[in-house]
Order: sequence, then C-alpha cells, then structure tokens
Amino acid sequence: MSDGNFDFALAIGGEAGQGIATPGDTLARIVVRRGLNLSTYNAYQSIIRGGHIFLTVRVSDREVRSHGDKLDMLLALNQDTMNRHLRLLGSGAAALYNSDTISPGDYTDGVQLCPLPVNDLTGSQRSGLNQNTVALGAMMHLLGLDFGLLEASITQQFSRKGEDVVNENVRVALAGYTHAQENFTPFPMPMPEGGEPLGVWSGNEALAMGGAAAGVKFYAAYPMSPSTGVLHWMAQNARNLGIMVRQVEDEIGVANMVVGAAHTGARAMCATSGGGFALMTEAIGAAAMMEIPCVFINVQRAGPSTGVPTKTEQGDLWQALGASQGDFERFVVSPKDALDAYNTVPELFNLADRLQCPGIILSDLLISEGRYSISPKEINFHPEIDRGELITEGTSNGEPYMRYRDTASGVSPRAVPGTEGHVHTVATDEHDEDSMLLSDEFTNPHRRRASVEKRARKFEAAASLIAPPEIEGPANAQVTLVGWGSTAGVIQEAIEQLADRGITANQLAVKWLIPLHTDEITAALTSANKFIIVENNYSGQFARYMRSETGLSAYGHIRKYDGEPFAPHHIADGVADLLGREGGVFVPYQEVIV
Amino acid sequence: MTTIQLTARDFKGKIDPDWCPGCGDFGVLNSLQRAAAELGLRPHEIVTVSGIGCSSNLPGYINTYGMHTLHGRSLAFATGVKMANHDLTVIATGGDGDGYGIGGNHFTHTARRNVDLTYVVMNNQIYGLTTGQVSPTSRVGQKTKSTPFGSVEYPLNPLTSAIMNGATYVARGYSGDVRHLTELIKGGIEHQGFALIDIFSPCVTFNLDNTHNFFKERIKKLEDEDHDVTSWAAACEKAMVWGDEIYIGKFYHLEAEKESLTALEPVLRDGPVAKRTGGLTGEQADRIVQRML
Repeated sequence: MSDGNFDFALAIGGEAGQGIATPGDTLARIVVRRGLNLSTYNAYQSIIRGGHIFLTVRVSDREVRSHGDKLDMLLALNQDTMNRHLRLLGSGAAALYNSDTISPGDYTDGVQLCPLPVNDLTGSQRSGLNQNTVALGAMMHLLGLDFGLLEASITQQFSRKGEDVVNENVRVALAGYTHAQENFTPFPMPMPEGGEPLGVWSGNEALAMGGAAAGVKFYAAYPMSPSTGVLHWMAQNARNLGIMVRQVEDEIGVANMVVGAAHTGARAMCATSGGGFALMTEAIGAAAMMEIPCVFINVQRAGPSTGVPTKTEQGDLWQALGASQGDFERFVVSPKDALDAYNTVPELFNLADRLQCPGIILSDLLISEGRYSISPKEINFHPEIDRGELITEGTSNGEPYMRYRDTASGVSPRAVPGTEGHVHTVATDEHDEDSMLLSDEFTNPHRRRASVEKRARKFEAAASLIAPPEIEGPANAQVTLVGWGSTAGVIQEAIEQLADRGITANQLAVKWLIPLHTDEITAALTSANKFIIVENNYSGQFARYMRSETGLSAYGHIRKYDGEPFAPHHIADGVADLLGREGGVFVPYQEVIV
Repeated sequence: MTTIQLTARDFKGKIDPDWCPGCGDFGVLNSLQRAAAELGLRPHEIVTVSGIGCSSNLPGYINTYGMHTLHGRSLAFATGVKMANHDLTVIATGGDGDGYGIGGNHFTHTARRNVDLTYVVMNNQIYGLTTGQVSPTSRVGQKTKSTPFGSVEYPLNPLTSAIMNGATYVARGYSGDVRHLTELIKGGIEHQGFALIDIFSPCVTFNLDNTHNFFKERIKKLEDEDHDVTSWAAACEKAMVWGDEIYIGKFYHLEAEKESLTALEPVLRDGPVAKRTGGLTGEQADRIVQRML
C-alpha cells in the first residue's frame, strides 16, 4: 500500500480509427486490478474515422473526482497529437511516439522524449498496427510495472482470437518493454499497489444499472450521443435481466411508449440528450396529467440544436424545468458523479411512484461518458423499491373505483390495466375524480380548480422526502462555491488547490433542482462570507434559477461553455481572480485544444 | 369460476358519446362493443388507447381500460401497454389525421414491428374537431377551410401503406355496415400481429363530399369477389380502386408466415414484464460485478 501521494495522468491522442480505446482499456484494467482509482475523460468528435481524439486517464491511490490538471505522460499516435499537445508537458513528463512516422516539435526542458522505432523493434512493416502495443510495453517500464501484468491483460483481451494472436501481441509488447528498459528512465515514483481490486464503469452504465436495480422492466431509446451508452447496457443485459428494451423510431415514440408501459405497471425509463428530450416533452406533460410515474434521463451536451454532439455542457436546466406546456410539478435531479447517478435512479423511481408523476435526471457528457473506478462493495444492488399506492389485485365486490379520488395527500390509489373491478380510462384532457373529461362538453371551473389543486397537493411536502444540500468543507470559509450536478467533484479538488494557495473555501453542491430546498440553501448562503456559482454554461442558468427561488445573488460566477469540462485549476484560478476584483464573471481558458 | 357471457351492452361506457347526430363513429363504437362481447372478452382484459380528435374520444364511451392520450401517439402508448403486458387485448383507435398525419411515423413502424394490436381508424377524410380542414386522406380538389380553393395534394392510401410497411392483417370497413365491420374487427383482434382496420366513417358536419350516400352507392365487398388475401399484390390492386367502385372487406392477411413482435421477443417468454416485481437477484448482481472487474 502506498501513502496517498501517487497521482498520475496520461493521455493518448490520435485520430478516430487508430484504436485509442484499446490501450486505454488495457491500462484501465491494469490500474483497477491494482486497486488504484481511475478517472478517464475522452475528448472526441462526431466522426468515425479521422479527427482528433484525446483520452485522459488519471490514476491515483486516493479518490479522484476529476480528470485533473496536469499530464505526466503522452502517447502520440499521430503527428497532429504531437503538434497539439507536446507543449502541455512540464518537466518530468514523458512523451512516447512512433519515431517511424512522428517527429517531436519544441518541448519544455526536462521532458523525456521516448521515440519508439516500431518497425525495427517488431521486425515488421506494420508500424501503424503495432505502435499501440509497443507503446503499452514501454509504458509498463516507465511506470515501474512488471511486464507480466501486461501479458496477462493482453492474454485475456485476445484469448478469443486464438493463441497466435495472443502470442504476436505479447511479442510486440515485449519489444517495446525491452526497448524502454534499455533507453528510457522510469518515473521516480512507480505505480503503487492499491487496495482490493476495483471495477470500472461509465456514468451511462451506472444509470442503466441503477435502473435495473430499481426494477426497471421497460426501457426505450433512440440513439443519441452522449446517452447511447445507457441503451447499449440495457440491450446487452435485457434477456438476462428480463427487461423489455426497444429502440424506437423517434424520441416521441420512445417517451410515449414509456408512459404506456408505466401505466401498465412496469417501471419504465428512457434516456436521450437535449434534442431528443425536446421531442419527449409532450409525453412528460402527459405523464403528469395522467399521473403516471416514469423516469426521463437527459444526458446534456453542448447546444443549442444539434450543437456539439460530443462535448459537455450544463445547458438544459431551464429546458428540464419547463419541459412540456402547462403548469405542473415534476422532479428534476442532477447527480454528482457515476455512483450518485446509480443511486439516484431507484430513489427517483420511488419518489415518482409515491407521487405518481414524471421524474427527470439531468446527467451530462462528463458523467455519462467518463469511465471511473468503483468498488463493487460501494454499489447497493438491492435498493429499497417503493411502488407507492399501486393496485394490482382485482376485486369484484362492486365498490366503485375512482382513479383520481380527491384525497388529503393528493395521491390516489392507482390500478393497472388488467385488474378486475377497477376499469377506468386515463386521459390527457383535464378530468375529474372519476376520470370523466372536463374539457369537452362542460368545462366546469370548480372541478378544474379541484383537479389542479389535487395534483399540486402531492408536491407540498416533496422537499421533505429528499436530503437537502449541505455545506461541505471548513465552516467560515472565505468563499463558498455553489455548483449543481457534475461539478461537485472538480469543485472539491479546486478547494484543495485553493487551500494550498491560502484561500479557504467550501462547497454547497446542489443535486435536487425540483423540489429545490429553498430554506436550507438560503440559510447556508446567507451565513456564508461570499458565494460564487460555478456552472458549465454561458448564461448562468442555475444562478438565475436560484435567484428566482431564493432571491439570493452571488458574489461572482465561474462559467465555462467551450464544450470541455472544468479542470480544478480553472475554478481555483477563477476564485482567486474574482476575490481580487470584487466579483463578476470569470471564464477560464481551455488549454487542451481538442 | 363461472363465466357469464357478456353482451355489447356490458361494454357501454359511463357516458354517452358527444359526437354529432349521424356521425359515422357511432357505428364503429357499436361494432367494437359487439366484437368484444362476441369474442368472450371481459372489460378489464382490454385496453383501448386513442390519440386526439373526435374519434379519439372513443375510450370514454366503451367499458374497458382506456388511455386517451396525445395527438398522433396512440400507437406508441399502445405498444408500451402491449409490451409491458401482452396478456391484455390492446385496441388503438383514432382518426385519419391522428393516425396517418401527425402519427404517420408510428403507423409506419408499428406495422413494421408487427406489434400484436388492433388499430381501428375512423377515416372521415377531414379534420373534424378543428372544424374542417384538409386531411391526409382528403381527395385532390377537396374544398375545406384550409383549402378553400381545393386541395392540390394527393391523399395517402392507408391500406397499401400498411401492407408495404409490414402489417399482417389489413381490412377496410364502413361504419354503416355494423355486422360486416364487427366481423372485420373480430378478425383483427384474433389476429396475432398488427391489424389495421381502416373505416369509412363519414363526418356529417364538415365533409360534404364523402357522405353516407357517397359510400352506399360505391362500396363492394371483397368477400363477394374471388380475392386472395395472402397476396399483397392482389390486396394493393384492390385497395387502389377508387371511383364508381370502392372495395371494403379483408384485403390482406398473413397469419403463420410472419410472427408478431410478442412471439419474436424472447424477453416475453416468461410472461408479462409488468408482472415481474423487484430489482436484481443476487445472482444477477454477481454477474454484473464480474463484468465490471
């Protein structure tokens, strides 16, 4: 076990189609098997071949909550990567590259260049195919790792392709390892042993698994980046887990199928991104009007419109707050990381079932497509499942059943189709207790008022069902950083950097957006010295929402809207800058150009 | 358990229809109620799902479970219901604007998937609830409030569309012939797969072209002809006939040749997913963990 000081980031850059994922996956597997923590972020474009892909893999023996600030090792798979990123390396870092095809440019003193003559090393002319594997071998030496770890990983990875393929890959990797032993200096701190072996998941896989654990039995989707990973997990596991998974003609069909399945008694869920979510919104209102619980996930990407499909943003808050016409209540929640996303799904389903309403999860590309280490012990595979007041057993005693009985809580026992003695029609038109339409022949204003108030009443105590946000970090800090959703981890790392700079900061990370814990937020922020709101958008969507709900205005704002997520120093720099100039808006500069 | 034979009256809803006197939709409602009773179905075993429009008010008038949903979306909701609980008999109802216009995408793909449900379309060739505008099945030249000088667009043919998209039971009825229509609907409900029953259901208020008299003078029954219902070419040929003669009846019917989604989907083999309660078993969780490591 090491002492908690190992914090190492490597990046692999190339074009789409060069196989960046493979060395990334191999390294990730080696890292988590050692019990080390992992956070990866893949910067890419909407292209199948070509373009520029830049995968950052951060490894540490303590918890990592972002992909970090610095790069210790760069593997350049093409000249473009070298041209773009060699300048990012500081003294002590290393750059690996295939010297058959790539030449370095200017670099900082103290950077170790590690040229790999791939064709000579492998005795073949297949430089492009072999360079990833040669580099992996060389990396093992630089990281102070035993070659056997890589050999085992390669053997597992290629075992299905036969012994010849395994042997050839091991031979090529060993050539890289041996060359590195003879020519390159390893990093001063070898990669340590961590604790027990960990697993790896992406945020999208966490959302899908959260659904499975919550008892989702119907999942529908139309493919849309960056949400498609949820569909892939569900499709892969559908038959094992007995989940009905459908790819539908469009997101309108997706959302309405989900509401139909949910009405029939299945827990039903779908995921999309902002454009697809726009198409789903009428169905969200339908679920609210018919009082059918279901969950809609919006994995946000940079908008508006098609926007930047492979880049991240927190730009859909107001879209979620106002999704669908009319005046109605819904849950809106923004998980903080992959594990939180996992836990949020069953919690939201329980709330939606209890209050018979739609729930919306706002994830984003950063959470959903990032890959993270996770200890299986931290995953609660058997969360509480509360279906609320659900009637599935029939009666034929003649007692009249009214689907929308006007109860004190506003919640009316819900019978699913197929249940004897409870036949009724649900409608998207306004209706009375007995689900008779109020909209056609007689638009009775008193009944309309009663129906509106019944639905609203369900939400009166909603905030009390959910944990409020709390200040994390030192009390009486000089500044409180307020974020929502995926910024929680990177803000926490920024706070640690600020401490090193002599600035005390703490965080209020808001997860539940509807209901918003107005009283708790007001209490926390009125007792703070200063507060700065951090969010991944241009206009300060959360700042404006929070002001509308609490009347509170922030001292300053840190906003980023270039498509790339915050790095910790972006926030630390912003706080230092804003404290020195009486607030305002700070927009960090994105150093890594991808 | 004793089973009491229900009659069409047992399928009467809590309220009476608010359709205009003489509306074709009364005959369709009547036929549906008779079909349900004659097939020995019970109200809680059926879900009637509609969109929006005059004809989409139907679920309120029939004693079954009902969903009166969004404009154009009945087939999406109905597919969700059927896939969640395939023990239920699912009937989608609506009009030509709802199904062939705004809902056209779902019509195409529900037919393609061969979802086991019965789609009853009251085709009056006009938008009625919005007080008389052109519809996807209005004829060229038809004058409506939105085409005051006559439509210059061609109509869609629901029957050939359904056949080409993969529907396996395609019929056309006339609301003025309840006995005939009832048989077509019964055939559609019994059919394992997507059944379209397009119905001439005249709008007596806004469509003065396609009236009861218009159809009575022209319709001929396929049953009276030598028609091969397993031939898509023969079905499409008959469906394209429009003039002095217009055919009603069963145009197309494939039973064994093409399986329904319910039959093809392995996840449904252990029964309806809506009846599976709970989350993951310990064994399922272990398998998930193994794949993460």
